[in-house]
Amino acid sequence: MKRSFEKILIGIAFSSSLKRNILEATRLSKMFNAKLIGVHADEKTAHKEKTLQDILKTIPHSESIEIIFKKSNPVKVILEICKTKKIDLLILGALQRENIFNYYLGSIARKLTRKAPCSVLLLLKRSLMKNDYNHMVVNGLKNNKTSYLIEKAFCVANNLECKKITIVEEIAPKILAVKAEDDASLNRVLSKKESLAEAEQNRIQAILKNIPKNLSKNMHIKSQSIFGKTGYSIGHYARVVHADVLVMHVYERERVWGRIFMKDIEYILSDLPTNLLLIKS
Amino acid sequence: MTKAPSFLRSFPKNIFCGFVVSLIALPLGLGLASACGAPPVSGVISAIVGGIVLSIFGGSHVTIAGPGNGLVVILLSAITTLGSGNLQQGYLYTLAAIVLSGFLLLLLGFLRMGSLSDFFPSAAIQGMLSAIGVGIFAKQFYVMLGNEGSGDTLSLLSKIPQEIYDYFTLSDASIFYAGFIGILSLLFIVFYNKISNPILKFLPAPMWIVLLSIGFYYYHFFNNRSYPIDATLLVSLPDDFLNNLVFPDFTKVFEWDFIAVVLSIALVASIESLLSIKAVDQLDPFRRRSHVNKDLKALGLASVLSGFLGGLNVVTVIARSSVNVNQGATNRSSNFFHALFLLLFLLLFSRVLHRLPLSALAAILVFTGYKLADPQNIMRVFKVGKEALLIFMSTLLFTLLTNLIAGIFCGMLVTFCVHIFATKRLGLFLRNFLKPNVLMYQEADTGVYYVSILHFCSFLNYYKLKHKLEQLPFSARVVVDFSLCRFVDQTVMEHLEAYGSSFEIGLGHMEVLGLDLHHTQTAHPFALRIFRQEAPLPVKKHLTRRQLALRSVARQVGWEYKSFAPVPLECFKESHYFEGKHVDMVKNLLSHSDFMLCDVIYNKGLFIAREWLRTTLLHIRCKGVVPDFTLDKEGLFERLRYLGNKQVHLHNYPDFSHRFHLYGEDVQAISDFFSKELVCFLESNDYYHIESTMRGLLVLKHQRLSSIPEVKSLIDFGKRLHQLLPFA
Repeated sequence: MKRSFEKILIGIAFSSSLKRNILEATRLSKMFNAKLIGVHADEKTAHKEKTLQDILKTIPHSESIEIIFKKSNPVKVILEICKTKKIDLLILGALQRENIFNYYLGSIARKLTRKAPCSVLLLLKRSLMKNDYNHMVVNGLKNNKTSYLIEKAFCVANNLECKKITIVEEIAPKILAVKAEDDASLNRVLSKKESLAEAEQNRIQAILKNIPKNLSKNMHIKSQSIFGKTGYSIGHYARVVHADVLVMHVYERERVWGRIFMKDIEYILSDLPTNLLLIKS
Repeated sequence: MTKAPSFLRSFPKNIFCGFVVSLIALPLGLGLASACGAPPVSGVISAIVGGIVLSIFGGSHVTIAGPGNGLVVILLSAITTLGSGNLQQGYLYTLAAIVLSGFLLLLLGFLRMGSLSDFFPSAAIQGMLSAIGVGIFAKQFYVMLGNEGSGDTLSLLSKIPQEIYDYFTLSDASIFYAGFIGILSLLFIVFYNKISNPILKFLPAPMWIVLLSIGFYYYHFFNNRSYPIDATLLVSLPDDFLNNLVFPDFTKVFEWDFIAVVLSIALVASIESLLSIKAVDQLDPFRRRSHVNKDLKALGLASVLSGFLGGLNVVTVIARSSVNVNQGATNRSSNFFHALFLLLFLLLFSRVLHRLPLSALAAILVFTGYKLADPQNIMRVFKVGKEALLIFMSTLLFTLLTNLIAGIFCGMLVTFCVHIFATKRLGLFLRNFLKPNVLMYQEADTGVYYVSILHFCSFLNYYKLKHKLEQLPFSARVVVDFSLCRFVDQTVMEHLEAYGSSFEIGLGHMEVLGLDLHHTQTAHPFALRIFRQEAPLPVKKHLTRRQLALRSVARQVGWEYKSFAPVPLECFKESHYFEGKHVDMVKNLLSHSDFMLCDVIYNKGLFIAREWLRTTLLHIRCKGVVPDFTLDKEGLFERLRYLGNKQVHLHNYPDFSHRFHLYGEDVQAISDFFSKELVCFLESNDYYHIESTMRGLLVLKHQRLSSIPEVKSLIDFGKRLHQLLPFA
């Protein structure tokens, strides 16, 4: 089977969740059949070395992990290694807000997400149980990279042994160009919506035809059109259907304006609905 | 839903409705205008212009336009303050303000600001309406007794006992007779609704008052007695009103107090109109939606024209519209005819109307004011909750002490503070205020529109929810899910209730889900709903709408209902669906012998984010041991993999195997279990996910809570399935 990613990088911080993070990363690297590199942005000390070795001993298949110690600004170090080692997937962990419903990104993770030259996987706190990637939601927004994204998503889904993929087409209300104000305009809106949704479905079906058969075999594929704010609706949808992975395009650099008025992916980053995979094409 | 009859066919009926409405509109127009301190004819002009313009350019169907209650208080203070005591001059300045406010309304209409009224919390609006009622009542009470009160509303109110005492000790015959007619009129209008006499009901109460008090004059006239009421206490109308039109005076346009008047008129006119349009849409027997922005534009245009002709501004009014609906009006032409009849009255009978005592008109308004400020409202608001009462009272008092604009904004501020205090989470509001929080999509397999709301939903962001709901036909099936929403306020609950009844009449269905675990203070359906993660209450005192509906479903089918139940582990322990999941709570349990239907609240294991998931399922206990299997249609539940089992093909039923995915270990036992009848039943019925729990069957459809119709069909499916089981 085609490999989705060849080299995976994780940042290592000596916190209480260290063991879980490494465990998850090794598990993922095994699933992707990829090499795992860990980086710690501080000096190498005997104590740290020992803690790390103790943990690695307990984890199966952890022999191949390469650990890099380098004292510097974490963002800088990680971005640099991404480039020099030709990393193609960076795994980052999300933080939890004081109340247990919300996840968000820490400042370092947020910077890395914005600047990373490769694909990024943002993980929520995960269980130690296996096989919990069951339902993947993929962004089918019309774009010149959509077909690449969808194919990549199928590839990843096969690696993660994910059995159900939902492709979501967000249709911005702007495209409707009619507003429902009374019965007559409501009927116009409904029929326009129907034809738009059908066009979107056809577009996605055309893309799906080009997916290699071995990738889409045994997969439950569904597509859902949603009329709503782009970037926002898909996150909310992923949350409502309890998706385990959400696959989107990588973050496009925004100017200051775009950061003040939240757009697309910012909605998802500020309130992570589930594990988020950002694909770089 | 029946369609509205054709225009021509309903033409005679609409003429008649227009006539009946004009009978009420005439005294009200005269009365409202004199209550404003304006010439009485200005109220009728406003109704005439409003009726004609709205029926041509408007976007609603059965609403009636004319002078409104809400503006009395504003116009009165505008006429007195702008004219610095000179009522005639103040009136001319106010006309200019009316013209400009008309332009503002036009602008609002073009900017599609028809949703403006959604930004005001409903308790604050109720407070504002009560304040208007108190204002009208206090002022008109004096006029009713043949006097003229002056001063602010509160001091007027406090002097009412003194005024009554003065009236009875006074010796002036003119004032006595005026007051006498006023009191009689008030008694008449109060008892009018309690008497059911066909002759009495032939005319609306205000028209009776007009006719009787004019009759009182002609009684004196024909008996050659002098009329005891002084001309100053009678309505003054120009004999030939077409030649006596006045025009607005625009010299004060750039003064601050003038601009403030323009703004308050525009604000109150738009709120009053938007509220009435919404209320009248609820009354419309054909459930048509009004084009609110078109109506705003028409109202603006009408106000501009009316101001230029010396009339008050035009709003849409509930009371007259509801009479219109009750008489059977079907389209806008009744509004047009109401205007036409008013014009006719004015041209033909203006000499007769001269004889009408102001006190009789004031009595009509005292009654209107009292109904707006009905003390029972306080009780009604209190039933919603202490918070609602606080908002209501502070808006009411602040409006009385200052003015309407300050009052309504004070109401908004208090509401916001109350919400922060109730939730104790300022961050919840600040962080999520501007974020989109509503998702709506149509479920591909059921056609149901699913609406999910995140964070919080209150008057601050209700318009986002409303925007989505507006895009649905009333024949749709809708599920509004608040389970991810941590705070819902009265305004939202109230609006949703109205939507619910619209969907009901449009033969659709709308249901609100996911509020079972929210805290409430009272049993009222509009009470604040707050979700507290740290203390989700297991047993609730107050049932939600859905719980009440479930209870009545249970009664219908003769099952037992419990709002909360201990987790019946034996049902979930063996199931594949709950493998690796942790069941936290079981709510809304409907049970009967072998059946158990409930909402299950669970999470995906202890180590993961404990976000609650909810589903409604039916468990059927069986007498024997059921072989381990899972029956699923393609792709609806992705959990099959846990089974690690192979797909079972029932060779006798290739169609069935093609459509359904059946998984299990013991092929022989499963083949035995699926009898011919059972396969036939499953093939010919709605799809459900069914799996074995060894001692029974688990049946479910959605990975969300089910709405009431869905619960009913689940029960029905379960009952029929039960009969086909080998060892039922």
